[in-house]
Amino acid sequence: MSPDSDKQHGHAIVNVRSKRSLKHKMIWLADHMRNEWQIYLMLLPTIIWMIVFLYKPMYGLQIAFKDYSIFRGVAASPWVGWEHFQNLFDNDQFIRAFWNTIKISALNLLFGFPAPILLALMFNEVLHATYKRTAQTIVYLPHFISTVIIAGIVTTAFSPTAGVVNTVLGWLGMEPIYFLTKPEWFRPIFVGTGIWQEAGFGSIVFLAAIAGVNPSLYESAVVDGASRWQMMWKITIPSIMTTIIIMFIIRIGNIMEVSFELIILLYQPSTWSTADVVNTFVYRQGLESGQYDLAAAAGLFNAAVAFVLVMSANTLSRRYSRTSLW
Amino acid sequence: MAINMNLYSRGDKFFAIVTSILIGMFTIATLYPFIYIAAVSFSGGFAAAAGKVVLTPVDSTLAAYKYVLTQPKFWNSYLNTFIYTIGGTIMSLLIIIPGAYALSRPQLVGRRFWNLFVAFTLWFNAGLIPFFINMRDLNLLDSYFGIIIGFAVNAFNLILLRNFFEAIPRSFEEAARMDGANDFQVLWKVYLPLSKPAIATITLFCIVARWNGFFWAMVLLQSEDKIPLQVFLRHTIAFLSDDQEFTATLSTQPYSVESVTGAIIMCSIIPVLIVYPFVQKYFEKGILLGGVKE
Repeated sequence: MSPDSDKQHGHAIVNVRSKRSLKHKMIWLADHMRNEWQIYLMLLPTIIWMIVFLYKPMYGLQIAFKDYSIFRGVAASPWVGWEHFQNLFDNDQFIRAFWNTIKISALNLLFGFPAPILLALMFNEVLHATYKRTAQTIVYLPHFISTVIIAGIVTTAFSPTAGVVNTVLGWLGMEPIYFLTKPEWFRPIFVGTGIWQEAGFGSIVFLAAIAGVNPSLYESAVVDGASRWQMMWKITIPSIMTTIIIMFIIRIGNIMEVSFELIILLYQPSTWSTADVVNTFVYRQGLESGQYDLAAAAGLFNAAVAFVLVMSANTLSRRYSRTSLW
Repeated sequence: MAINMNLYSRGDKFFAIVTSILIGMFTIATLYPFIYIAAVSFSGGFAAAAGKVVLTPVDSTLAAYKYVLTQPKFWNSYLNTFIYTIGGTIMSLLIIIPGAYALSRPQLVGRRFWNLFVAFTLWFNAGLIPFFINMRDLNLLDSYFGIIIGFAVNAFNLILLRNFFEAIPRSFEEAARMDGANDFQVLWKVYLPLSKPAIATITLFCIVARWNGFFWAMVLLQSEDKIPLQVFLRHTIAFLSDDQEFTATLSTQPYSVESVTGAIIMCSIIPVLIVYPFVQKYFEKGILLGGVKE
């Protein structure tokens, strides 16, 4: 605190420390508000916005335990207890969606997580500065392209008649494959699209970690006659291990968050068996079929699992690196 | 790290060349889908529909662009996207900047509570259905204002900016305080000029999110004259081949569903491509600002 503001709050701080009575606290607060009302006014829009658009829907989550009807509204609808959850756990589509979420996330972790690290390590070895800069500019780009466009490109490229993928398969003498109608192709296409879109942008964090490595480590390695390959394994990778682990923990925390917008745009009934995740299930049951209460229950289940994962991830990262994520 | 080529052994040079080639391959793989879709958009309808386009346009024609650019719905959705992007970004900044400033002040009573209040929304989200019902109860369905206000704040941007404000030494504002400046003036004259990179970053994040946003626009907007470009694009991709008015013209016109889809995609990407090189330096810094907090 600046000396100036110390002067301003001098007697107030003494009053708080003495904690003599409620009356004194009220006087202190009134005094404080008179001096500092502006910061509360500045905070107000944020707080109101969060209450109206984020906390009020949390209150609305009670419809997961109610027989919700639009006409009665959230508060007046009758309670039904855990009925929707029981129905969900008896619902094969929901169980399938839950496991699909886990499986797609696992694939994303297995293939999508190492990709930006490899890319960053390779960028670090490229000598030609302009070449490196140009390549970086290009590989960051897909991150800024909308999901609808990504889906449009995928749909066109994998089309059985018009798509370039089947054209190339045709050159190799293969029959056209109806990729987007085949359940076994959905996940590879989805995970591959994710890598294409995010690996480049994801490498920024690791490149920054590499840039932060102490240069004297490399200098002494050069003196010792180490090769670039050895330096990568013995210096670069161990030095960025903390970043790698933290990013991994964040990914674990986000397992329930698969990019369902892309799934909605790419899947169709014939691929639901592998493509349908909890959020797409919620979307269909709730926003398309109007079963709001059941869908809200599915969403609450998803959010509860996600909450536990995120909190565990944060605890883990704090323990590991004494670095909290927020 | 200074790199001196003379220190490189033959093995090192080989390693550098291999990584350069791999990077080149990944870069081409990243670029190819864009080249492909551009080629499709400039190709004749028959060639595009028959899968004859691989790298360059076949039977080059601008017919698909002519079709797209003469659609009033296309221009209307383009205009809507500008409204949502500009309106939404301004709304976000108007709420987030003062909010982040307030949260960064040590004298704020209940500061821990307010920060938790904000951060909690990162960890727990009520989900699609309660949010939708809430928007409906607020009478914000099918409204420009609903889209602009409903997605104005996110905790990530708020925390990013708050962290940036917190890192600014108090000594910077002392002179202004001596002159009797209040908090609004300190924020405006001291903090904002010092926070240009952070402000630029969240502005960029807001613009990108707005320009690309489609899901809630699709769910919340019912009138066709209010939809943004992304929803128009989605309708086109999903329903154009069932549109009888459109398919009836296919026999006489040199375009196809594929080339028209490609043309709309190109029209939507071009503004991003134009702005992208100018903002690149900001997002590289910005992503690191928002990352891990010690």
